[in-house]
Amino acid sequence: MTPRRICLAAVALFGLISVSAQAATIQVTIDNLVFVPAEVTAKVGDTVEWVNKDILAHTATAMNGDWNVVIAPKQTARLVVKKPGNVDYFCKYHPNMKGRVVVTP
Amino acid sequence: MLVRLSAAIAAICLLTGAAYAQGAAKPTDPQIAHIAYTAGQLDIEAAKQALKISKNKEVKAFASDMVRDHTAVNKQALALVKKLKVTPEDNDTSRSLTKQADAKRAELNKLKGRAFDKAYVDNEVAYHKTVDSALESTLIPSANNAELKSLLQTGLKIFQGHEQHAEHVASELK
Repeated sequence: MTPRRICLAAVALFGLISVSAQAATIQVTIDNLVFVPAEVTAKVGDTVEWVNKDILAHTATAMNGDWNVVIAPKQTARLVVKKPGNVDYFCKYHPNMKGRVVVTP
Repeated sequence: MLVRLSAAIAAICLLTGAAYAQGAAKPTDPQIAHIAYTAGQLDIEAAKQALKISKNKEVKAFASDMVRDHTAVNKQALALVKKLKVTPEDNDTSRSLTKQADAKRAELNKLKGRAFDKAYVDNEVAYHKTVDSALESTLIPSANNAELKSLLQTGLKIFQGHEQHAEHVASELK
């Protein structure tokens, strides 16, 4: 391995670390059967966190089938978003609850 | 469908009619608390029957959801009436709801398999619609206490959610 290659590898490694360090957590609150805010934007690698303030269990279920997160009463559940795109989701137990995660690359 | 629809309409008439028949144009808070609690308990009873009889995974999951949600809401309702020092008061609406639910359970008890699943889920759609209308047209507007009103409003959202959930399960059974 030439010094140049080592340097490149170091840059690449450092780059990876700094990207992961930048991953953010985006919070959605569930209060009285409403996702607030109804729409959030996240980057690939970010975490979406649902904070359930209700006495009821809820889910955040992607309409495209990509993910299904169960959020127990008074609990918090998380999901790392992996694919870019607009994902509409709903609560399987109360399908009148709807939200959207916009995932940017 | 027509039979179901007319049953639902009859139930709504009973619900609203019973409230008017009591002399006062609107039910009192102790009566409203009793009606809301009873409506939840009756749905738990129906769900328990489904958990015993049904073999369908989705129907059973739906029934478990009903037990879980209505148990949680009724626990909150009891805590609220205790806090408000309100004693829920039995009334004609609660009695007619109970009578209808008892008759439905007896009817469903004779069914099994797909016939049971369909009848249970269809009744859940109709039942939740009936309770939604009662909440919207009578119970919420009549409630005096702000906390009771707010709990009923949450209850309405839950019932509307269950109605949609039941409709989804019904469409899967077709």
